Amino acid sequence: MCHNRIKIEFLSKSQNESFARVAVAAFASQLDPTIEEITDVKTAVSEAVTNAIIHGYDSEEEMISIEAIINGTELTVIIKDTGKGIDNLEIAMQPLYTSRPDLERSGMGFTVMETFMDGLEVKSDKGRGTSIIMKKIFNPLS
Amino acid sequence: MHLNFENSEDKLIVYMSGELDHHSAEEVRNIIDDRLDRDSYSKLIMDFGGVSFMDSSGIGVVIGRYKKLHMRNGKVCVTRIQSSVMFKIIMLYDDVEQAVNNI
Repeated sequence: MCHNRIKIEFLSKSQNESFARVAVAAFASQLDPTIEEITDVKTAVSEAVTNAIIHGYDSEEEMISIEAIINGTELTVIIKDTGKGIDNLEIAMQPLYTSRPDLERSGMGFTVMETFMDGLEVKSDKGRGTSIIMKKIFNPLS
Repeated sequence: MHLNFENSEDKLIVYMSGELDHHSAEEVRNIIDDRLDRDSYSKLIMDFGGVSFMDSSGIGVVIGRYKKLHMRNGKVCVTRIQSSVMFKIIMLYDDVEQAVNNI
């Protein structure tokens, strides 16, 4: 069974959103994904990193880390910030809810992560940060 | 993100190409709003034909322009959206039969 792991860290700048999703997609490419599977992963990573930047931190000088693990045909992506944390997870995860309507957010971030991946777990501690753990199972080419 | 503008009477057409995420959305929003305000357009056509990646920030940009133009009794429409962001959450089928078989 194939096993592999990477860890990257980057500043909480919005310029790094594209870097983060492309880096995870490049790592996942060893699973021979379809274009659709790769787009799903890129979109989910983009949402999680955007959340960390917009909601986790007020500054662009904080760190966000991403750990990606491959076990067989399963990819796990863990996106961590050490920012403010989420007040009420149940409310935050409802479709169309946004705590920042001033930024023209659609409130669909968690819904996208849930729909595009095969597993989503959110751990958040007020004042200590948030971890998003997402899983996707790739269908191997026969 | 690249934007090309055309106009036809009271309609502003914007051809977008590149990746639309939270980072590029801010710039896209500012440039489009600037054009809309400068020549007081009330109708906006957003063409997504060249958009290779879009996350939920793209939905925010469309809804935001809708809100803005709605206030001046205007309209927004979109063309050539290839992105799956919307139609993976709410699936789109060609007809009812396909929907019944797949939902």
